[in-house]
Amino acid sequence: MPDTTHRSATISVLVDNESGVLARVIGLFSGRGYNIDSLTVAPVESEGGRSRINIVTSGTEMVIEQIKAQLDRLVPVHRVADLTREGPHIAREMALIKVVGVGEKRVEALRIADAFRARVMDATQESFVFEITGATEKLDAFIDLMRHLGLAEVSRTGIVAMARGVRTI
Amino acid sequence: MPADEAQSGAEVLLRALKDQGVEVIFGYPGGAVLPIYDALFKQNAIRHILVRQEGGAVHAAEGYARSTGKVGVVLVTSGPGATNAVTGLVDALMDSIPVVCLTGQVPTHLIGNDAFQEADTTGITRPATKHNYLVKRAEDLARVVHEAFYVARSGRPGPVVIDLPKDIVIGKAPYAEPAAAHPSYRPQTEPDHGQIAKAIALLKHAKRPMVYAGGGVINAGPAASAALTQFVRMTGFPVTNTLMGLGAYPASDPQFLGMLGMHGTYEANLAMHGCDVLLNIGARFDDRVTGRLNAFSPGSKKIHADIDPSSINKNVPVDVAIVGDAGRTLDALIAAWKADTTTQDTQALAAWWRHIDAWREKDSLKFTQDMTPGAIIKPQYAIQRLYELTRAVDKEIFITTEVGQHQMWAAQHFHFERPNRWMTSGGLGTMGYGLPAAMGVQVAHPDALVIDIAGEASVLMNIQEMGTLAQYRLPVKVFILNNQYMGMVRQWQELLHGGRYSESYSAALPDFVKLADSFHAVGLRAERVEQVDDVIREMLATDCAVIADIVVDPKENCFPMIPSGAAHNEMILGAEHDHEAAGITDEGLVLV
Repeated sequence: MPDTTHRSATISVLVDNESGVLARVIGLFSGRGYNIDSLTVAPVESEGGRSRINIVTSGTEMVIEQIKAQLDRLVPVHRVADLTREGPHIAREMALIKVVGVGEKRVEALRIADAFRARVMDATQESFVFEITGATEKLDAFIDLMRHLGLAEVSRTGIVAMARGVRTI
Repeated sequence: MPADEAQSGAEVLLRALKDQGVEVIFGYPGGAVLPIYDALFKQNAIRHILVRQEGGAVHAAEGYARSTGKVGVVLVTSGPGATNAVTGLVDALMDSIPVVCLTGQVPTHLIGNDAFQEADTTGITRPATKHNYLVKRAEDLARVVHEAFYVARSGRPGPVVIDLPKDIVIGKAPYAEPAAAHPSYRPQTEPDHGQIAKAIALLKHAKRPMVYAGGGVINAGPAASAALTQFVRMTGFPVTNTLMGLGAYPASDPQFLGMLGMHGTYEANLAMHGCDVLLNIGARFDDRVTGRLNAFSPGSKKIHADIDPSSINKNVPVDVAIVGDAGRTLDALIAAWKADTTTQDTQALAAWWRHIDAWREKDSLKFTQDMTPGAIIKPQYAIQRLYELTRAVDKEIFITTEVGQHQMWAAQHFHFERPNRWMTSGGLGTMGYGLPAAMGVQVAHPDALVIDIAGEASVLMNIQEMGTLAQYRLPVKVFILNNQYMGMVRQWQELLHGGRYSESYSAALPDFVKLADSFHAVGLRAERVEQVDDVIREMLATDCAVIADIVVDPKENCFPMIPSGAAHNEMILGAEHDHEAAGITDEGLVLV
């Protein structure tokens, strides 16, 4: 019987920085019914170069192998790396978090932000915007704590990831 | 013409096509492509075939490509021209057919403005193609055209769209020669020798081997089919072909078990079910082939050779994966088989063949034709006679089909000895494919006998292409098995939906003889069994296009059949056989 256990995979894809390339990747995921838990994309080389897409997805081993093979056969794709499988890697995410409130809750929010090493990017008499960077779980935990302290808005980047050590994509 | 001399984008486009070896374009003009049509008018190197609807152009290009191994080329206008082409593009994508489709587009400064006949062609065709391009800069034009041909024919072939804004084809553009190598798309064609060795180790020790070969062998060129034949003969293994692979192995060879799958032969499907080593070359474990996945070939070690790594372990987990061109893989298997000194278990193989021969004796394609004058014609009989009477014809024979019962009967009862002679819509199952595809085949092979084995419902979906046949004097024969129903729909309604024939009967069918006449073709009709041979003979003797309307038994069903959700060993055989198969499960009902 095929293995039915699901796993999460962080996949980095190096693509030509051309119009439509992101639509191609996203369309592949929606068209074939694959999950996207997080997605980031930005150019990583100067003019006319390449972009890097980081995707966090989940599925059975067979589905994740399919996703990699399907990505790899897209014409503008240069390299597909399954960071989760290929060895230790770091995955980081950034978020901007707006907390609105006054009095004790405001003080508590600031205290927790300090403990999480979140930075205050904007402050008014009744609000803060915190910037926090780290692993997805850390951001989740911080946002969860802010819920009772006036959490008003969240903007997250999705993860960027890279292999540890000398290995490159 | 020197590269620095100023040419229009349209001229650069045609020059690039010519340098890619293009001889024929199937197309239909319109506002956005007028400059390209103007450039076509001024040259003689490339011939243009004017179709009657853009969908016909893509199927014609598919027929051209499949019968020649070259890339088929389509030219259509923006908006509806492009959207009409979409079905054909998906058809080519599913069946891995190399096609380059040039679509007109509104000028770059109007893109996004909802201009007249504007459609987001690259957006619409992104999942319908292997790759697509929107040319926004004149200096990219020649490079994109060359790249499109490379992508269409390399690796697993497929359709490529080039969207051409009108200002790009009107304005001046520089020419560029094809690039030496593509920066990112370089499919692996040479098989890994470690994997070949693993495959040979399994095959040499096989007691009940089976070779399952598909369209990938055809796409790899005639040499791959020859290599398949050599490999199968040297090993003594049984072999089956998929619907797409028919012709990859000679049908008359005793080691050939016929087609497998939903309407495949008893022996092919039971051999798939019972084998201990399965070698898949250039096929993709399609649901029409595997039946219920958890009961598919349960006791076998599986070797899968495919040029597309994403086909491997997609539906069926395999033990040995070989990525590479089917021809090169077969060459490597042949060499490794010869080099390996392990002796085969010939006794086991002989015992396996005795099993297979017993299954063969079932004669699962058997049908009963009442030969009393006046008797109703069985569709299988019509195809059998077509096959037998065309064997005497001293011409290359090419068969296309529409989609449905007639398609399956054609696959079962018309036999192919060589590749590239059989063109059918396998993956997408596009009704209306056969007539325009036959047109494309006939353009590529003007002296050949090209027959579209059709159903009366399918053929009406692109019947307008009869006009193209007349204009270019293409002597395509349209052989209609007319049962007045969408036969496969009717069959499923009978077997799965309690005989409630919801909307599967076409009332008010045209008189196909008069229809042929009005399109400057010859119309013939057979209504009784004794007329079949005469009509076929007259059709073959006619040197222009023919519609032969063969009025067949409307109640006939296509057997054998593996019902949806059933396994290979749960086939239903026809009325000539004892019913011993399982019914269709609820799970099967949701499958199509």
